[in-house]
Amino acid sequence: MSRRRSENALKAAPVFAALGDATRLRIVTRLSADGPSSIARLTGGSGVTRQAVSKHLQVLAAAGLVRVGRHGRESSWELEPSRLAEARRSLDLISQRWDEALGRLETFLEKN
Amino acid sequence: MGTRTDRIEKKITLRVPPSRVWRALTDAREFGAWFQVKLEGAFAPGARVKGQIETPGYEHLTMEITVERMDPERLFSYRWHPYAIDPEVDYSSEPTTLVEFRLAPAPEGTLLTVVESGFDRIPVARRAEAYRMNDGGWAAQLENIERHVASKK
Repeated sequence: MSRRRSENALKAAPVFAALGDATRLRIVTRLSADGPSSIARLTGGSGVTRQAVSKHLQVLAAAGLVRVGRHGRESSWELEPSRLAEARRSLDLISQRWDEALGRLETFLEKN
Repeated sequence: MGTRTDRIEKKITLRVPPSRVWRALTDAREFGAWFQVKLEGAFAPGARVKGQIETPGYEHLTMEITVERMDPERLFSYRWHPYAIDPEVDYSSEPTTLVEFRLAPAPEGTLLTVVESGFDRIPVARRAEAYRMNDGGWAAQLENIERHVASKK
């Protein structure tokens, strides 16, 4: 367990570093909620300059958290991995929790 | 509805009669014992029941369910917020998922089917959080980072 954990922690380090900043965390949250967005849109209401947002996006991209795509004339940024993959994985997690809960129900009924 | 990402379905055969399973599901204290949550209040259609999670590692979280239907020994259902994992976030305005426990007599005892549906209406942000929380090793650290960043705003 500890070995797997430390390997995961190692892989996760750049992600933590990338997220350890209020502006970048806000960008990620916004992309999660709104989907692909232009830099202009991400800058709006953020209180930082377009150049700063652009720099933060580069850091997030380097950590594999976001990627750039093209929609028409303007480039837009989106979360990586794809939404569907995220949805599937999170469903897997909840599915696993139900397996655990039903296992506990079975044990509970045996004992009570 | 019915898409691969919208619902989770589980089946389990329990070696006790439906009446016993019904009690384990609908008596809030019994429910709490196996679900690992300390609930305040009793289940009744329309009731909102809150409680502190007791699953190791998640004790800082509370959960709240709104009971929908209680057809004795047949159907128990409630709504809740499925990815409510950030204590700093107010999830009350977001869509809920529906959890249904269906009971049917079986030769061995009771066939229990659990269906949780409505995931397609949940904001992607919540899914992304749940996704990041998937690796136990990450969970605490990510929370620490979020808290740290939030406190510096």
